[in-house]
Amino acid sequence: MEEPNAGDQGPAPANPGVFAAAGDPVNPLRDPRDRRIPRVAGPCVMVMFGVTGDLARKKLMPALYDLANRGLLPPGFSLVGFARRDWEHEDFTQITYESVKEHARTPFRETVWQQLAEGVRFVPGEFTDDEAFDKLAETVKQLDAERGTGGNYAFYLSIPPKFFPTVVEQLKRSGLSDPGPADESGKTPWRRVVIEKPFGRDLETAKELNAIVDAVFPAHSVFRIDHYLGKETVQNILALRFANTLYEPVWNRGFVDHVQITMSEDIGIGGRAGYYDGIGAARDVIQNHLLQLLALTAMEEPVSFDADSLRQEKEKVLSAIRLPADIAEGTARGQYSVGWQGGRQVLGYLDEDGIPADSKTETYAAVRLAVDTRRWAGVPFYLRTGKRLTRRMTEIAVLFQRAPHLPFAATDTKELGKNALVIRVQPDEGVTVRFGSKVPGSAMEVRDVNMDFAYGESFTEASPEAYERLILDVLIGDPPLFPRQEEVELSWRILDPIEEFWAEHTKPDQYVSGSAGPASADAMMARDGRAWRRL
Amino acid sequence: MTIDLTDTTTGAIDSALNEARRRLGGMTLGMVLTLIIVTDEAAQYDAIRSANQAAREHPCRILAVIARRPKADSRLDAEIRVGEASPGETIVLRMYGPLGQHADSVVAPLLVPDVPVVTWWPDEGPEMPAKHPLGALAQRRVTDSAASDDPYETITALASAYQPGDTDFGWTRATPWRSLLAATLDQAHPAITAGEVGAEQGNPTADLIAAWLTARLGVPVTRAVSAGPGITSASFSTAEGDITITRADGRTATLAWPGRIDRMVSLHRRDTAELLAEELRRLDPDEVYHETLNQVLINALPPEPPEPAEPDEGGVTRV
Repeated sequence: MEEPNAGDQGPAPANPGVFAAAGDPVNPLRDPRDRRIPRVAGPCVMVMFGVTGDLARKKLMPALYDLANRGLLPPGFSLVGFARRDWEHEDFTQITYESVKEHARTPFRETVWQQLAEGVRFVPGEFTDDEAFDKLAETVKQLDAERGTGGNYAFYLSIPPKFFPTVVEQLKRSGLSDPGPADESGKTPWRRVVIEKPFGRDLETAKELNAIVDAVFPAHSVFRIDHYLGKETVQNILALRFANTLYEPVWNRGFVDHVQITMSEDIGIGGRAGYYDGIGAARDVIQNHLLQLLALTAMEEPVSFDADSLRQEKEKVLSAIRLPADIAEGTARGQYSVGWQGGRQVLGYLDEDGIPADSKTETYAAVRLAVDTRRWAGVPFYLRTGKRLTRRMTEIAVLFQRAPHLPFAATDTKELGKNALVIRVQPDEGVTVRFGSKVPGSAMEVRDVNMDFAYGESFTEASPEAYERLILDVLIGDPPLFPRQEEVELSWRILDPIEEFWAEHTKPDQYVSGSAGPASADAMMARDGRAWRRL
Repeated sequence: MTIDLTDTTTGAIDSALNEARRRLGGMTLGMVLTLIIVTDEAAQYDAIRSANQAAREHPCRILAVIARRPKADSRLDAEIRVGEASPGETIVLRMYGPLGQHADSVVAPLLVPDVPVVTWWPDEGPEMPAKHPLGALAQRRVTDSAASDDPYETITALASAYQPGDTDFGWTRATPWRSLLAATLDQAHPAITAGEVGAEQGNPTADLIAAWLTARLGVPVTRAVSAGPGITSASFSTAEGDITITRADGRTATLAWPGRIDRMVSLHRRDTAELLAEELRRLDPDEVYHETLNQVLINALPPEPPEPAEPDEGGVTRV
């Protein structure tokens, strides 16, 4: 049968990263048509800084175990933990064992753990301690010799950005960052560095941070993790938009009325007071997650799904974003106050431990953005995020215009709203289409109904968790899901003027914990004749 | 809930299904395929159980077809299970008498519209799956050559009868091994001159892996017989020595590479539900399987010369 839409790209290579990134001679056992064989990372060592932190224990270690359990780590894969703890190697193994057992998503198998544990090493030391880094360099070299990891190292910096300069400098000094000369087959081992948000707190600090890493590692070897981009549903935005004919014709100003992108949390700041105060919701969430979601929703079709094309389209759309003319009118921010959330009485933000009583940090932020392109002219994009709201939920809702003419009596369509396409990112991942349908009965009455696609409760068990996917992509060297520095800077260019205006002219409005946000956010929508979707 | 219908018709089954769905408050989960299981009374429990587990990843309507008492009068009994073990629906269809020969007439009206159909024979399957009436309804036909009396003969017969969409659990079981072998050769390695796959007698997966390696590497890959369980080793001969993967316990493999410390790799044998879930993940024809089957046929072509006895090795080789 002819496949008219197969394109001229030919079949996608099964392991694009393995071929492209490592520059391997072609492995005869790999075949793009052989899709049972999963993408497996090449031989390598992962060096993890801040290995005793929460993220490492709850997410990264379990993700590595899950990858091993799925057979996606190469034989000989090794992990070196580096932290400022006076631990023995056994302590580290024990802690890792416990965190893996508790947090892994795949069933725990002693044999898989044994395999992983064989390649686990721990190096204690201060970041300023030259000796410790020399020890680290020695350890990875030893692993290369013993376990055939081929001199390929990934450095995962799971540490606060203030330590970046020291650690990066140490990596350079100890020679760890230098891949060395090519071997006889002309192959150079790789070095990759993984960094987590926050990528600065404004444009200037983002540039400084980048300069530090950039001085030692070339841009293509820096992987910035935005764990939202590792989520199945987020990747499904691309499939939904570009693999179907159904949506693209209406994905523009001719049919779309506006777009709402929401990430709401039901929890407060928890133990993150030290980090959160002075940063706030907009820097914490809008700058990275929500603008990335906006970019994926609004961008043009990339010419291919390789990293460069995808990032190019995202950058184009980010650079076309325009702020509201009057920032006071087009934004809202708030701070949660005492209230009842989910059946429990909770503290207000200003009463939380470690928060100054006069803090002007917002825990809720909403902005209206315009995208100055032919496709989106006149279509507002509303972004909102907040803590201690009604419930935990992340979604992208594309709301369509009302039908230009309704051949029904006005009373027949009283309950008919706007058609909507909702991509539910979490918790209940899936897609909802809302449209009008006749209510059964002798009278003509049209009302909104939902058509739902859910991934199914257990689909999530079979599909990789975001960190699993992203770590695997780092080890394979497959960068499309990682934003590059240009995107980070463009996002700060969007947010910086808003933050400056807020700092000078406004203070956050209080909203009751467990509500849907401050009244000013509702007023902002009402001025445009619209309303937020119910949380 | 479970609904039993005796001496019934597909129309009645369909209304009972609709009624059940309505009473459960409407199922929102979309079914992605119909899975037909051709089985018998003895094996149906295990097969349906595995299918229910696989259905968590691939929500589907399961139609278990059981032929009973061919000499009796024609009769159709149905047992409908909804909203129980799996997110989809399970219908066990028991066909008595001559109706057993016309199972497709019962199954066809019960297929979920618009989504693919997969037929699975958990035990001995037909010689030509695509020609079987229930196989002809399906995009994908899954057999298990290891369940037959002579697996090697079965896999050869399946190779001759291959039609796009055929697949076999013997091949599915090879995936973890093939994945590990491919990952092994991702590392820079000396040129490979020969290979060997060791497994217990009558292991079609080992035959398929050996054929696959022969086809991909273009070197002779022999098949050695060991005590098992399952596949116990795979090795590549190179000028610098043998690269060997051994798995004695069916769980953990050891990778031995000349001049390096041995490494452990987890390589556990998978259960039926996992195999089925893998099969349901992709429903397009498996071209690599097809090529491997062709290699099996090439290997089978020349009549095997009588092997010189090798009592110390105890191995039978099949190039």
